[in-house]
Amino acid sequence: MVDLSQYLPILMFLGVAVALSALFVFLPMGVSRLTGTHNPDAEKNSEYECGFPAFEDPRSQFDVRFYLVAILFIIFDLEAAFLFPWAVSLDLTGWPGWITMMVFLGELVVGFAYAWKKGALEWE
Amino acid sequence: MTAFFQSLGMNYEWAWFIATVCGILLIALPLMLAVAMIIYVDRKVWAAINLRRGPNVVGPLGLLQSFADGLKVFLQETIIPSAANKGIFILAPIVTFTVALGAWAVIPFDAGVVLADINVGLLYILAISSLSVYGVVMAGWASNSKYPFFSAMRASAQMISYEVSIGFILVCVVLYAGSFNLTEIVMSQKGHGLGIVNGYVFNILLFPMWVMFFISSLAETQRVPFDLTEAESELVAGYQTEYSSMSFALFWLGEYANILLMCSLNTILFFGGWLPPIDWAPLYYVPGIIWFLLKTFFFFFMFSWVMATVPRYRYDQLMRLGWKIFLPISLLFVVLISGWLMFTRYA
Repeated sequence: MVDLSQYLPILMFLGVAVALSALFVFLPMGVSRLTGTHNPDAEKNSEYECGFPAFEDPRSQFDVRFYLVAILFIIFDLEAAFLFPWAVSLDLTGWPGWITMMVFLGELVVGFAYAWKKGALEWE
Repeated sequence: MTAFFQSLGMNYEWAWFIATVCGILLIALPLMLAVAMIIYVDRKVWAAINLRRGPNVVGPLGLLQSFADGLKVFLQETIIPSAANKGIFILAPIVTFTVALGAWAVIPFDAGVVLADINVGLLYILAISSLSVYGVVMAGWASNSKYPFFSAMRASAQMISYEVSIGFILVCVVLYAGSFNLTEIVMSQKGHGLGIVNGYVFNILLFPMWVMFFISSLAETQRVPFDLTEAESELVAGYQTEYSSMSFALFWLGEYANILLMCSLNTILFFGGWLPPIDWAPLYYVPGIIWFLLKTFFFFFMFSWVMATVPRYRYDQLMRLGWKIFLPISLLFVVLISGWLMFTRYA
């Protein structure tokens, strides 16, 4: 049975942090209405593009390599997730555990070398 | 602290609750004060290296500069662009700041001085720091403007790239310490270097890991030389371009809270946390929290130093460093360190 009572302070901490940051965001909105600095107009509320009207929709195409980085990240982050429990139980699993993990890492290195060779890591 | 409140005549549940809330405020409020002061220190160090004076008008030696800035920002109008997705736009700074504060719940400041001494503290920090990408992506997307969008793309790719190598570096530390608990990680560093020095950094296998961890923490917090997300010459102010008033300041505060977190992680994982640098009895009379703060401040000074002296990287160089240099080397060191431990400790 996992003892979750230690996690309650963390939950409360996150609650306090949310409350603090929400206060920081919403309080100035009220204050600026009271002091009269709240004075929006169409020009002020348009998006910034060096002073002239925006040319095109900002959410248009962007480089596909950002997707590639995200996919590679998922692979290697999952790998790290497998490594963590192995790292703390090295004394229990012994040589068989170590060799198994080395085989697993070896397979991932093959995949990494393939991605490298294919140019997935190139940003010219 | 629970016992103290119980002695005032409360039952255990209430005493625990109030003690925990006090503990939370004892971490969060000094942290925010520290962030305000550390911004001032950053500007002062940067100025001194450039042979300038830095902030010196508000208060003695300019000490109150950050508070004056805070007050100014607080009284400004919050501009929400008409094209923005308003809900996400407002949520983004809240997420950023919450996440930046939340990671401090498991940081041990001294032996036993920690809010939540959970046994997977390091994993918690890794998980929380992964979440900080969301604040950036939400800000960039919700602004519905070009520069924030490009900046958010760059920032997320950069942060996740360096997170990979940070993950492997943490595995190396965990292999040596045999625990995820930050208190146990610190205690296992006692007398690690030849029985004299406290800290994993004096281990020849872990020293390269610390160098990589330090550089990765610069990249993870988007500091110079990896501050491409805020490259003024290309992206105006990055993902914060459309923000104003306190929402803008929250990104700023969150960024510096993250920098302090990374400095303290450098301290805890590699420099023996609250332990004195040398395992020598008289040094233990100095309270542990002093050592912890001194070391954290030293790392912050190094962050400022780098900021003042190193030119900005290009984006392709940044990605090459993360994926082609740090990732293979850290992977190799996982193999080396685990193999070494198998032969020496677990054989």
